Amino acid sequence: MAKMHTPAMEKIERKNAKRRKPKRSTPATEAWKRFKRNPTALIGLIVVALLLLIAIFAPLIAPYDYQVQDFMAMSQKPSSAHLFGTDQLGRDIFSRCIYGARYSLVIALFCTIAAFFSGGLLGIIAGYFGGKVDTIIMRIMDIFQAIPMIMMAMCIVAVLGNGIPQLVAAIMFASMPTMARNNRAAILRVRGCDYIESSEAIGVGQVRMIVKHMIPNAVGVMVIYFVGFLAVSIMMMSSMSYIGVGLAAPTPEWGLILNDGKAYMTQSPYMMLFPALCIMVTCFAFNLMGDGLRDAFDPKMK
Amino acid sequence: MANLIEVKNLKKYFSTPRGMLHAVDNVTFNIEKGKTIGIVGESGCGKSTLGKTLMRLHNPTSGEVLYNGADIASMDIKEFKKKYRSNIQMIFQDPYASLDPRMSVLQLVEEPIKVNNKGMSKAEVTAKAREMMELVGLAKRLEMTYPHELDGGRRQRIGVARALSLNPEFIVCDEPVSALDVSIQAQILNLLQDLQRDRGLTYMFITHDMSVVKHISDDIAVMYLGQMIEKCPAKEIFKNTIHPYSQALLSAIPIPNIHLKKERMVLKGELTSPIDPKPCCRFAARCPYATEKCLADEPVLREIKPGHSVACHFAENFVK
Repeated sequence: MAKMHTPAMEKIERKNAKRRKPKRSTPATEAWKRFKRNPTALIGLIVVALLLLIAIFAPLIAPYDYQVQDFMAMSQKPSSAHLFGTDQLGRDIFSRCIYGARYSLVIALFCTIAAFFSGGLLGIIAGYFGGKVDTIIMRIMDIFQAIPMIMMAMCIVAVLGNGIPQLVAAIMFASMPTMARNNRAAILRVRGCDYIESSEAIGVGQVRMIVKHMIPNAVGVMVIYFVGFLAVSIMMMSSMSYIGVGLAAPTPEWGLILNDGKAYMTQSPYMMLFPALCIMVTCFAFNLMGDGLRDAFDPKMK
Repeated sequence: MANLIEVKNLKKYFSTPRGMLHAVDNVTFNIEKGKTIGIVGESGCGKSTLGKTLMRLHNPTSGEVLYNGADIASMDIKEFKKKYRSNIQMIFQDPYASLDPRMSVLQLVEEPIKVNNKGMSKAEVTAKAREMMELVGLAKRLEMTYPHELDGGRRQRIGVARALSLNPEFIVCDEPVSALDVSIQAQILNLLQDLQRDRGLTYMFITHDMSVVKHISDDIAVMYLGQMIEKCPAKEIFKNTIHPYSQALLSAIPIPNIHLKKERMVLKGELTSPIDPKPCCRFAARCPYATEKCLADEPVLREIKPGHSVACHFAENFVK
């Protein structure tokens, strides 16, 4: 029987085709669906996105230059002219906090990437090969971990000196053990799965096993650690700047702004309040997002 | 018919902090080409380890596995992978865990074809994968779905397709239906039987479910703590069970008749530890008929009746 092709029929066909087009449900889209349903995670994501925008458009948002000192307006309380007030040198704290987002986010990102590619990679190697390799790597990491993180970072800065690369290196070394441990656990969990054995049985080689089976299945957990670690890096960086072993003075880094305000805490508490709020909100947002990611990728883990 | 697989004194020990765990201990049996051997036994008796050792997923401690006369147990693992990997395949117990959750059905079925036929073009691989999907009864519309969207039966069909796509002669079925609903179990068992008939496959069917094994096997071997304690044709074991452990195992099969009062043989006593076991009958600790001899001597598998071997000192007493 010949099929008729009228325009009306074609239209219906097209409509049906569109309707019939099945919605693909990959593990990633499933995770996104769960993430979207989680309000706290969404808040985290939105705040992080806002922070990114603030960091990118800092020169447009900040009303003043972050290092210009206005001696006519020193130690002013928050007002419409100076939203967060000014510090003892008359610098606008709001502008400094806005620029601070740049430093905090970028350095935190570098720290996390560095930690991921040093400690994380070591952990992946330890987890995949197991046995002696695992023992050697993890015992070295244990030695690292025996020294408190901040102590360790301080010692490294004391040796290498101040500056952004030194700070990144310090935080990287200090956080290597945790990163290694987390990634090792992620790989071990995947390695014990039945589908690895079943892939081995059908003849999948080592390279394909790692690239096609282990990494795609472990990457979700690794992303979670990555995001969580951004918050830790920001905290560490600010703490180090605050105690004077982080970045050098004129840099508008949140920890440094805090440090500047320290001496005037009793008369002008806002000098410390606002940078502290910045740190808190940022870490909080990253943690919320990280928790949301965890629930999204691994609904059974709750 | 000729034996496709001959297993001789196969041992697989695992070293644990407390000693050597005898997972498979001195197991000897043959499988004829085109036949099915059912391996039964309780959890932890070494059934799966036996299967995985035949597959070389574990390296045997000692013993021989002859496949068409060639010893695949002691050969270099690289040579085994190159020559025999596609001849010997496995269907896994848990279709929920044995499929990579990040691959679509088509990708999963394509994978074995892709990695074992390096020269094949992408279109050929896909065509072959589609053919396999059709063979095991997976609709074409399921190609792009992911395992988590499918029911257990369909997932296990993927497992069957993956194993079959390499054209194996011998398939180790490691409890392929124990994770499925009873209604779906029958589907998969029928599929496996149809495939055996059409392609002349040889199966080693590992299970703890006696009614499944009755349905599918030609021969049955009962394992207890790593050892084979009774081996005979499938019909024989349901008629003339000799070993006391097999008797207990059979008496545990539920019968769907509420008026039938059945004498259950309930085992008492501790399970002997499989770590460095003493040379005695491993079932002696739970055996209602155990004597001094059972605790002093290790019984060997010996032929009591033609085609019926039992490892028990007093096997003759239990022959009906």
